[in-house]
Amino acid sequence: MRLAILTDIHANKEAFLAVLADLEGRAVDKIVLLGDLVGYGPDPEYCTDKAADLVAKGAIAVRGNHDEAILRRDPTFSKSALTALDWTRPRLTAAQAAFLGSLPMQADLEDVMFVHASPQDPGGWIYVDSRTKAVGALRATQARVIFCGHVHRPQLYAMDRSGQVNDLVIPFGQDLPLIASRRWVAVVGAVGQPRDGNPAAGYALYDQARAEMAFRRVPYDAGATATKIRQCGLPESLALRVLSGGAS
Amino acid sequence: MKRLQPHTGLQIDGFTLGEKLHQGGFASIWEVSHPAHDLPMVMKVPTIMDGYDGPTIVGFEVEQMILSRLSGPHVPGVVGHGDFATLPYLAIERIDGGSLYVRFKAAPLPLPDLVDLAARMAAALHAVHKQGVIHFDLKPDNFLQRPSGEVVLIDYGLSRHEALPDLLDEEFTIPMGTFPYIAPEQYLRQRKDLRSDIYALGAMMYELATGGMPFGQPHSLKEVRKRLWRDPVPPRLLRPELPEWLQEVILRAMEVDPARRYQSAAQLMYDLQNPVQVRLTARGRRAVVQSWGQIWRQWRKMRGVRRFAEPPAMGTQIARAPILMVAVDLSPDQEKLSKALLTSVKRMLSIEPDARVAVVNVIKGSRLGLDPTTDAEGNNLHVSRLLGLRSWAEGLELPEGLLTFTVLEGVDPGQVLIDHAAHAQVDHILMGARGHSGTRRFLGSVSAQVVAEAACSVTVIRLPDTPAAPPERHDPEIWR
Repeated sequence: MRLAILTDIHANKEAFLAVLADLEGRAVDKIVLLGDLVGYGPDPEYCTDKAADLVAKGAIAVRGNHDEAILRRDPTFSKSALTALDWTRPRLTAAQAAFLGSLPMQADLEDVMFVHASPQDPGGWIYVDSRTKAVGALRATQARVIFCGHVHRPQLYAMDRSGQVNDLVIPFGQDLPLIASRRWVAVVGAVGQPRDGNPAAGYALYDQARAEMAFRRVPYDAGATATKIRQCGLPESLALRVLSGGAS
Repeated sequence: MKRLQPHTGLQIDGFTLGEKLHQGGFASIWEVSHPAHDLPMVMKVPTIMDGYDGPTIVGFEVEQMILSRLSGPHVPGVVGHGDFATLPYLAIERIDGGSLYVRFKAAPLPLPDLVDLAARMAAALHAVHKQGVIHFDLKPDNFLQRPSGEVVLIDYGLSRHEALPDLLDEEFTIPMGTFPYIAPEQYLRQRKDLRSDIYALGAMMYELATGGMPFGQPHSLKEVRKRLWRDPVPPRLLRPELPEWLQEVILRAMEVDPARRYQSAAQLMYDLQNPVQVRLTARGRRAVVQSWGQIWRQWRKMRGVRRFAEPPAMGTQIARAPILMVAVDLSPDQEKLSKALLTSVKRMLSIEPDARVAVVNVIKGSRLGLDPTTDAEGNNLHVSRLLGLRSWAEGLELPEGLLTFTVLEGVDPGQVLIDHAAHAQVDHILMGARGHSGTRRFLGSVSAQVVAEAACSVTVIRLPDTPAAPPERHDPEIWR
């Protein structure tokens, strides 16, 4: 089975559609959404409906911290995130909010696990952004491969047979065999708000039979998204971040 | 699941193990069959010590990742692989012609055999490099031979794929490779340079030529380090009948600084195929052993060296050292066109300074079988064409024999060019196109044929203001 793994769409319709268009012709059998469908971006209604539509057609989706914050306001969020969520909440219908609330914290498919942040404490929203955090994630599950998001920067970690974890650099678009003798954590880059300096939308492909994954980047009209963010009166920093793929 | 030990008769994933063919230090090789796979196969099973046997495991992981990325006649096909939970193995195509180890045992080889073998080894290496893989453990046992003569490179346990993470570099801090052939920069733990393989190939050619390894059989890393300042004994001192050009080729491949070696295996192969064109330098003529004074000076220079300048990304490295074939038409009425061609070559060299330029001309052979190499005056046409090419190329300032001249012959000039380009692993052909004469339209032009059929890129130079030739003009010699 070939999976396309998308995370952190953040109400960015243009990026979401660009990634879905990129999937066509890549013989993808199943789409996996790793959460944070909303927040930051100007199109929460569209992105929620589109995700619900994909789930109805067989996609897997798990819950992100921004999805959860639609149901329960979390004052620990950053100022711009809170502003965007407070703007988003009244726009969503009860059905849309209920869909977000119905998302599970994690999902499994054979030896692969999907979670928004870290299986170590799925509701604690831990950022898997270091070897130590990757070790924590791997210890918390039996899964051989973990796909997660939340960090907005793509990264791959591998644990060898001695238990040592390395972070590995692989070029975008290159297939990497996730060899059976190791366990893996793939942090998938954000669709809707990359923070690694590259504004193009990120996602990952995973071929389960061959155990090969690839990080991909898809350029899209970030200018259009930024314009919408400004027109909606959302913080300017969110528009700039979409435009620059800025790390902040 | 229980860990299995390989033995004759063991069945795993549909494979049945036959006889053990070889027991090496890190792995055993077994004959194996599978009802779904008709080809002859072997199974390589790493020998894992008790507990955590890092280098063997990681080497096996690396080979599994890299081998599945390689294809073509110069690598063994992969049939399947097994997991550490039960039995780690790699099932690969069996290569029936045996390893080159036997040929090395018989070294020194007669010159023609040596040149032929080295060129085939270089072809295999280039094929692997072109797929983004540096081998890093070239030695005679790792070269097998197909019955058809093609050389196959095996054992990718220390290799590196440019687009895959380097698991070895991440886990180990000692240089890895085979001591007699390991390149100086590989000793310094640089694992990004395909020219390390060129060095190893040079060291093996040295062995084929002289019967001895260039630095003997070092037993420690300290001894390996000496190759940073010590030169091998010039091959011709050990075997005086070797030609200077061959010593030039071997010692160039074995230069300490990667930047002074051949920049690709294809360039090395080209010299082996065109020995007359090898430009001799002091290296080829060297006839004395390095003196103690020289060694001391080299040692002073090299002892502090911790790394060599790294090449750009591997694909770029190969692309930076392309072989350009320039087909020059020497007809008097095509002077303008050949000048335009020269300008284009110069422009190309300004962005690709490591390119090797092969200048060629075709003598169109007669269909009637008359000897075409001697013209009416009895002058050798071949020689006059060579001189013509040399004079055309004056002004191309290329160092170290990066410029060669070849006069080809054949009935069908386009086909001759296409075949030569394939044989010499040419990356890019530059040629001129004559005007649009009626005859040419009728017979088809040489450049159009080359563009349509050559396996590499082709650039056709055309003069902007070429007037169409009168259609009635008789023009039997399309290519002169």
